[in-house]
Amino acid sequence: MSTISREEVARLAGLARIDLTETELTRLAGELDVIVESVARVQEVATADVPATSHPIPMTNVFRADVVEAPLSVAQALSGAPEAQDGRFAVPQILGEDA
Amino acid sequence: MTVTTDLVPFDEAVRRYDPVIGIEVHVELGTASKMFDGAPTEFGAEPNSQVTPVSLGLPGVLPALNGKAVESAIRIGLALNCEIAELCRFARKNYFYPDVPKNFQTSQYDEPIAFDGYVELELEDGTPVRVEIERAHMEEDAGKNTHVGGAGGRIHGAEYSLVDYNRAGVPLVEIVTKPITGVGARAPEVAATYVRHLRDLFRALGVSEARMERGNVRADVNVSLRPSPDAPLGTRTETKNVNSFRSVERAVRFEIARQAAVLDSGATVVQETRHFHEDSGTTSSGRIKSDAEDYRYFPEPDLVPVAPSREWVEELRTTLPEVPAVRRRRLQQGWGFTDPEMRDVVNAGAVELIEATVEAGASPAAARKWWMGELARTAKADEVDLESLAITPAQIAELQGLVDAGRLNDKLARQVLAGVLAGEGSPEEVVTARGLEVVSDDGALETAVDAALAAQPDVVAKIRSGNLGPVGAIIGAVMKATRGQADAGRVREIVLQRVEQG
Repeated sequence: MSTISREEVARLAGLARIDLTETELTRLAGELDVIVESVARVQEVATADVPATSHPIPMTNVFRADVVEAPLSVAQALSGAPEAQDGRFAVPQILGEDA
Repeated sequence: MTVTTDLVPFDEAVRRYDPVIGIEVHVELGTASKMFDGAPTEFGAEPNSQVTPVSLGLPGVLPALNGKAVESAIRIGLALNCEIAELCRFARKNYFYPDVPKNFQTSQYDEPIAFDGYVELELEDGTPVRVEIERAHMEEDAGKNTHVGGAGGRIHGAEYSLVDYNRAGVPLVEIVTKPITGVGARAPEVAATYVRHLRDLFRALGVSEARMERGNVRADVNVSLRPSPDAPLGTRTETKNVNSFRSVERAVRFEIARQAAVLDSGATVVQETRHFHEDSGTTSSGRIKSDAEDYRYFPEPDLVPVAPSREWVEELRTTLPEVPAVRRRRLQQGWGFTDPEMRDVVNAGAVELIEATVEAGASPAAARKWWMGELARTAKADEVDLESLAITPAQIAELQGLVDAGRLNDKLARQVLAGVLAGEGSPEEVVTARGLEVVSDDGALETAVDAALAAQPDVVAKIRSGNLGPVGAIIGAVMKATRGQADAGRVREIVLQRVEQG
């Protein structure tokens, strides 16, 4: 039984800003299906008393001291910007944004 | 953009509908460096001068959590009477917006560091209100977009935005209330009082400068209406980035009036984000919550969980400041203010200002006189908060010192105050620059008194016969001649001396 529909892949692609062709949507729906089913089999094994793992290494509380480090210069910061103006990154207008 | 919105008068709206509000407050922590890197956080610096590769979200960078920010978040949680999580994680909130350079905001999702708290407020007339806190979580601020209009636009002739990432990555704590019910017509006042209460709390904790005008504290206000307190909650709107106490109050008022009109017309309220317009006190539709708000949260793999030990939490609990209400009572006793006087001071947001003025050497009565009198009038006329006025408590204490030393009378002091507010310098500098000092130099005063007496010869005879009434007329004449700068007490002495000497 297919759990991931083409529509769902299209929606996720939209959210992730990935442009997919019709062929790719169909192919990915099938591939993601295999992945999701495989993960579902792991879930069958995991009982309620097994907590979900987000971090494989059992470490907590890794903090940095609140100390200032030298920042980039403005020129360095902007060196990768396709367009810049007045020391700032110039970006296309944000759709639907209020001025 | 002018959009006419149907409104039901506020009083009528709250008579027929039960308003429910919820408030999200973001506070920027006053740490020296950012949440996940060592970039400085100085306000007002040159654009993009406070960034590192981490702030810019460049490929391959890794975050390193600021321990001081975690400590501040725990202290805020404790001050809000929250539980502190035994273990919590950061999460990525994924969305595409130019001010979020990583394409996700590092935030917390289902595991906030603090949850289930409450605060107790006191409204203007002393009515207590308890606001339940849902959660307080850690996250990072975004950069700042400046929209450039089409007319001046030069990039391919289109409109565009300019982005400054200095603020990107500054630590934030977001505090979310549970729905606040049962406050009826007082919903706008409760909302503003709550935000002010939090602002005072952040300052007392020393976790943030909490300056509203700098956006250190920002509020999103949720409002919904229902036909009666027994009905289920209505559809809410969220008005974003309301950045002053007055605006919070106005935004809630406006939304209540607007939603009542929508419901009256038989339509339904649309769940959406709205923008508040400072100039008109209105809100307008922003994004409609939809697919785009699917943030696909997942645990941040590059940061290990935070698990504050109970010992640490208890140690931080001992650093909490006095509860604001207790502190207010202590200050009131020390200052000798009556209940109504103190209430006015609190409502005017002048507690800290008066405290600082007294610390700088002024008497409590004098400090109150200035902040609640002349300065309150100026603030009202300019429609700003008292603390935004261009004068410091130390300068008020200095000004009062000049009055106490007899170098300024009330009238001159007010002129000096105006000079300080106009940016002419410290009180002492204004006195010198404007030549406003009280004249108590006997030579100058004697000359002026003699001239006044000579001009009204009959007065001398009257005074000599025991009628002291006309002394005032002579003092008045001297004041006039010295442009109000004479020391009235000294003038009186000189007049009497002269008359005696005959």
